[in-house]
Amino acid sequence: MKALLFVVLLFQCQLVLANAEVVEFSDESLRPRYQQLLEELRCPKCQNQNLADSNSPISNDLRVQVQRLLEEELSDQQIKDYLVARYSEFILYRPEVNQSTWLLWGSPIIFVLLGLLAIYRLYFKPQDLQSPSSSQGQSNSQITPQEQQRLDSLLADREQQ
Amino acid sequence: MNRLALFIPLSLFAGLTLVLLLGLDKDPTELPSALVGEPFPEFSLPSLQDPETLVTKQDFADEVLLVNVWATWCFACRIEHPSLNALAEQGVKIVGLNYKDQRKAAKLWLLERGNPYAFNIYDDQGSLGIDLGVYGAPETYLVDAQGIIRHRRVGVVDKRVWEAEFAALYLELTGTAPVLGATQ
Repeated sequence: MKALLFVVLLFQCQLVLANAEVVEFSDESLRPRYQQLLEELRCPKCQNQNLADSNSPISNDLRVQVQRLLEEELSDQQIKDYLVARYSEFILYRPEVNQSTWLLWGSPIIFVLLGLLAIYRLYFKPQDLQSPSSSQGQSNSQITPQEQQRLDSLLADREQQ
Repeated sequence: MNRLALFIPLSLFAGLTLVLLLGLDKDPTELPSALVGEPFPEFSLPSLQDPETLVTKQDFADEVLLVNVWATWCFACRIEHPSLNALAEQGVKIVGLNYKDQRKAAKLWLLERGNPYAFNIYDDQGSLGIDLGVYGAPETYLVDAQGIIRHRRVGVVDKRVWEAEFAALYLELTGTAPVLGATQ
């Protein structure tokens, strides 16, 4: 019985928390955009939280600011630009592709290409062996006369010892 | 050639280690400044001392100055305050931005600890704070005579920070070199 009561109370306080911050919009269609923006914007103070999750005062202020800008009919891009102009690119969890981020964005492609290259090298090497022009593909029987001579002399040296 | 190829993994590892080592020295809480090189934002807010008086960017009067973001709830501001007093005594013009604070507490603070500020902007809503990209107090901006932000420091300005980040730039802009003692 006590356990049941505990669980009920637990749900109760979650409800209270969820109601702590009610945002009113003049137009309900703004709400999904608001949620989406808060998910993608980063709290400047707490570093590893987005604006939706963070309880810090600065996040609160920025949430209010985002709401205000939405009401002023700014586009999502304009709101992001507004915040980037003040808080730098840091505030975007999904940074724009530009001079300082191309390597970040490009690295998955680079690694896939490297992987493909490695697979190609591993699986297609045997074909190279069959081609006589390949410098790496020489088997023991294909050594040059000079090499054969050197080998013979080495073996001879060894026998003498 | 083949033998050299054997060193590729080792050199990759060494390179990665170097990058990560350099990363250790960086302060992750320090954000890149979006506003350095940009004009200080326009504003029109009441002054701290008198709610009826509006202060604007015109009050910077085309002088080289520091804008210091502070609040009574900010613990590090206590540590920083003697430095500001010392700089003001040596003729540095400092404008205070009283950030999301209570007017009464802020006025009391200045009475108790001394007032290094030429004037104080009272920004209780943090609107100028958002325009500046303030995310913590204290913050200090060096603004030149053209109203351009030349440097931004997030955190306390003490002797070490002044010498490392401000002194040379301030000397270049004004021709004077205020100094901070070891205790400030």
